[in-house]
Amino acid sequence: MSVARDAQAADDGARPGRRPLLTATGLRKTYGTTPALDEADFSISPGEVVAVMGPSGSGKSTLLHCLAGIVRPDAGVVRYRDRELSAMPDAERSRLRRDEFGFVFQFGQLVPELTCLENVALPLRLGGVRRKEAERRATEWLERLEVAEVTRQRPGEVSGGQGQRVAVARALVTEPRVVFADEPTGALDSLNGERVMRLLTSAARDTGAAVVLVTHEARVAAYSDREVVVRDGRSRDLTREPAA
Amino acid sequence: MSAPHPERPARSEHPARSGSAAHDPFRVWARDLGLGMRFAVTGGREGWIRTLLTAVGVGLGVALLLTTAAVPAMLQARSDRTSARSTDGSGAEPTRPGPHTLLVEPANTTYRWYDITGDLFEPEGAEPPLPPGVSRMPGPGEMVVSPALASMLADPADRLLRERLPQHVVGTVGAAGLSGPKELLYYAGAHGLSQYVGMTRRIDRFGGGFPQDPWTPVLIVLLVIVFVVLLVPVGVFVATAVRFGGERRDRRLAALRLIGADSRTTRRIAAGEALCGALLGLVAGAAVFLGLRRAIGTFSLDQTSVFPSDMTPAPELAALIAVAVPVAAVLVTLLALRGVVIEPLGVVRGATPRRRRLWWRLLVPAAGLAMLYPLIGTVAATGPASSVNRPQVAAGAVLLLLGLTTLLPWLVQTVVARLGGAGPVPWQLASRSLQLSSGVAARTVSGITVAVAGAIAVQAVFAGVAGQFTHDTGQDPASAQMAVDIPVRDGSQVKRVVGAFRTTEGVRQVMGTAESGAADLGAAARARDAARSGHGEQAEDDLSTTGITVGDCATLRQVARIGSCSPGSVFLVTGLYGSPPDPLLTPGHRLDLSVPGTPGATGDGPRPWTIPASARTVTGETDATGYERSGVLATPEALDPDLLQAPQARIAITLDPGVPDAEDLVRNTAVRIDPSDPTTTLHATQEAQRYVSLRRGLMIGAVAVLVMIGASLLVSMLEQLRERRRLLATLVAFGTRRRTLGLSVLWQAAVPMALGLVLAVAGGLGLGAVLLRVVNESVGFDWASVAVMAGAGAGVVVLVTLLSLPPLWRMMRPDGLRTE
Amino acid sequence: MSIGHTFLGLLESGPRHGYDLKRAFDERFGQDRPLAYGQVYSTLARLLKNGLVVVEGIEPGGGPERKRYAVTDAGVTDVEDWLARPERPEPYLHSTLYTKVVLALLTGRSAADLLDSQRSEHLRLMRELTRRKTDGDLADQLVCDHALFHLEADLRWLELTAARLDDLAKEVRS
Repeated sequence: MSVARDAQAADDGARPGRRPLLTATGLRKTYGTTPALDEADFSISPGEVVAVMGPSGSGKSTLLHCLAGIVRPDAGVVRYRDRELSAMPDAERSRLRRDEFGFVFQFGQLVPELTCLENVALPLRLGGVRRKEAERRATEWLERLEVAEVTRQRPGEVSGGQGQRVAVARALVTEPRVVFADEPTGALDSLNGERVMRLLTSAARDTGAAVVLVTHEARVAAYSDREVVVRDGRSRDLTREPAA
Repeated sequence: MSAPHPERPARSEHPARSGSAAHDPFRVWARDLGLGMRFAVTGGREGWIRTLLTAVGVGLGVALLLTTAAVPAMLQARSDRTSARSTDGSGAEPTRPGPHTLLVEPANTTYRWYDITGDLFEPEGAEPPLPPGVSRMPGPGEMVVSPALASMLADPADRLLRERLPQHVVGTVGAAGLSGPKELLYYAGAHGLSQYVGMTRRIDRFGGGFPQDPWTPVLIVLLVIVFVVLLVPVGVFVATAVRFGGERRDRRLAALRLIGADSRTTRRIAAGEALCGALLGLVAGAAVFLGLRRAIGTFSLDQTSVFPSDMTPAPELAALIAVAVPVAAVLVTLLALRGVVIEPLGVVRGATPRRRRLWWRLLVPAAGLAMLYPLIGTVAATGPASSVNRPQVAAGAVLLLLGLTTLLPWLVQTVVARLGGAGPVPWQLASRSLQLSSGVAARTVSGITVAVAGAIAVQAVFAGVAGQFTHDTGQDPASAQMAVDIPVRDGSQVKRVVGAFRTTEGVRQVMGTAESGAADLGAAARARDAARSGHGEQAEDDLSTTGITVGDCATLRQVARIGSCSPGSVFLVTGLYGSPPDPLLTPGHRLDLSVPGTPGATGDGPRPWTIPASARTVTGETDATGYERSGVLATPEALDPDLLQAPQARIAITLDPGVPDAEDLVRNTAVRIDPSDPTTTLHATQEAQRYVSLRRGLMIGAVAVLVMIGASLLVSMLEQLRERRRLLATLVAFGTRRRTLGLSVLWQAAVPMALGLVLAVAGGLGLGAVLLRVVNESVGFDWASVAVMAGAGAGVVVLVTLLSLPPLWRMMRPDGLRTE
Repeated sequence: MSIGHTFLGLLESGPRHGYDLKRAFDERFGQDRPLAYGQVYSTLARLLKNGLVVVEGIEPGGGPERKRYAVTDAGVTDVEDWLARPERPEPYLHSTLYTKVVLALLTGRSAADLLDSQRSEHLRLMRELTRRKTDGDLADQLVCDHALFHLEADLRWLELTAARLDDLAKEVRS
């Protein structure tokens, strides 16, 4: 990482808006012999909510994993604020995920042994924030996501909707620049799904976070600003293509 | 185990439907167990893995049990063979040469750290007996050797050994004549053996003799405890193994509830699955045992090797294992499912685990104590082995040790409940996880807890009774390291022998005396007269004798406080061990240096010698070889050693520590003079053989148990990690460092381990203290070895945790996020 | 739903008589209500007038039955534009969308593309409704939810249909 690039990145952070925050070009990823991504492109700007849609097995989740630096693509480049994410060593990508990204998944994301409060405080504590301070901020987020009542309970003792809102609180507690949400409402009924989406998108808009939202549900995708369709590992950004 | 009682309404229905399959408890059991066994093998990859894990775990345990069951027969077979080749005799040896007699002189020797058994043979007739496994009698300059010794002799690196045993190898000793396949043994032909010199004896057959080193009651207690301490962890381990993968199985059973199985049926099905694993484990265990049995002939441990054919478990013990293991598997499964409610929609373990109660958990160890308490002070150091109530000792110790496994879950739960969520993230993750599943945590370390507690107790007892089995030799290895005792023809040979050792490489100093005996001159003459008239034996026995030692002043100074000394000095040592002064030992007394009746001295005439008037009475001292002399100490100028009858050259050798093979060089010199290897290496203490082999057995067993427990710990650890695969992947996704997760796994293992070790130390010390009182020893502990035992337990846990880290890293790859 | 566009699409696979067109239409799209002859000929007359079809040949015997119609280049372009143009999302759109999907497949065009652009159009409206719902009162929410669920249902149905027909088309082509 050159000094010039770092300077550019800092500069980029200073003026949010038009410049893309996270871009991907020509991503390829194969699991075994099955191609999951095949020349996929993507881009998201600060504060933007982008829905990634497509049928199951189309490569949506793989795209998200590549964008978030969880998986290294076989080919192609992922850039985050002018730094090449796809070329970073694991430790650096981990740091980035800890400090600048947030995650919400469909299942099994809360640590079952920890209380909800401890779960939300966990990313802050992993980043070195002291326990008291971390739990104070976690409490604020739990309130903001309307789940203050489960603070002391364990994930196994709360409802699916509450659990998912706790997960959203955990994703947002570090005030990340990008939130990656993979089917965040997949296990919820409509009402709870709506509530999670409303809270997620409004909180993200308040903090200026960009949201990459993987979903196959149009009603969920309707909370986005724009959608990208992944089909057979290729992505299409229809919002950008002028309709015929 | 009793068959489940039908509930009351069902019983009232019974007569109406008697004979129907659904109500015949045996049929129901058979059906559900069979179903479970089918699930175990057809449950897809998961089911298979689970069954395999159980089978491997149970298999290891079964292999160890079978090995233990083979030990008594193995010991018996070995002792049968060694006593069949014994030349010790039973006191009924022929006194005169005949066509079937053989002169035998034991010629055991030591090469480096190898003990080599050997005998020198000299047939006196045409048809001497042959030892087992030998087909032809080696002639002079020839020998037959065991296969292991043969290959050692052929190794150029063991040149010194070849010099020790230069005889021509003319055959090998077969298995029938060996204790184990790697035993080092030779029989060499000799000539000029004399029945009355050294250890030579005349035999007309091999075998017989008195058993040596019998089992004392204390040894019996030790033996029982060693078996308990080794087998209880195996039992705990087998119980853990049948629970491998239990959580997944429970989820599968929930699906069965959904389609209408009642909760008893699911339990029986679970038991059937465990039964299948246990049966496969039996087969695997038998296979491992057979493999071990085949392999065991190829290696030796601490000079002990075992013939595969000796390692045959007693049939009744093997049958017991074959029945007890599957039954235990079913029982353990039923017991384990007691606290689990399998509902159609999942497994309910309760959000907050129920509090464990202490009182009944204390009952088990209390019962053990109650059984041992009446035995306190009842086991004597000597006496008949049958005086020990073995079942009571064993049951008491087993209950005390098992009591630790019942106490441990309570202890772990109580302690981790107090751990706050404070502290760094790894600690928080670990302590929270322990709070939620303290039972699993306690179970994983219960095996090691029992093993360590047993080891501490047994070590304490071993240390406590060591005094009974270790005796002071009085030797001083600091001033001399080897002693040589060689019978020589006459006094001048002593000088030659001493000279031979002086010129041996690696020898720093040699002290040599010529020793013999003497009697009152008049009494000796009377004894000779009596012998001629045919009443010799009684007179010879009544003859009082005294010792004669001839050496120069420097040498005599080592054996008594002689004060001033010059050539020609004579000293008298009398009143040894507080006995009254010997009337023979007065200046001017006339002695006969040829004692009638001395072996090998028949027919000699009298050799009169007068104690000079200048002889001074002095106090004797123990020399470096642990030998204390009494009688006449004379310089060669005062008493010509050539006058001595059948003298003994008694030599103490100080070695040069800088010469690596000094001991073997000295032995090589010694066998050139006397092929029976008259050397001894000096040790300050000596331990009883049975005690040593029991301790060695304990060590071997303890290592095997620790390895096995470590393996089971690893399996259950990996299993727990696999259960959390998705969660781990999520944690990694949001940037958790590997170090954080690794540390949390370490803490999660370390906390229960620490608690387990505390309990193990407490329980081990308690059991040790009780057992020490049982064998009438004062209670005391060697804290260093307690620490070593606890450390070994901790080491296993740390090692296992480290071994589980690479799979953890692999599981932390983001693949875990992919939906299957 | 546009009968004219559907005829043009059907004619792409080859010239047909008016009667054939009616029958093909009834089979695939008519559901319970077959087209009236009058509507067939008036539609064909309009297409002729606009130059989207031509009469390719008249078979001996005379009468309207004998006329064979063929699609012109302008006709093909017209169908293409129609297929590519997403429908205004509104409830009960399915018959039009269905027709479009079948026609796209019949004429070897990609149903997925059609679907993607339609989804994009649906989402545009759904975003609007979602925004209105988030800002509005309970009555707004109920009304918007009703529309949202219908739009979503249409999309899902369309997606399913496209997937099934895609599979079918693959089977047919292979």
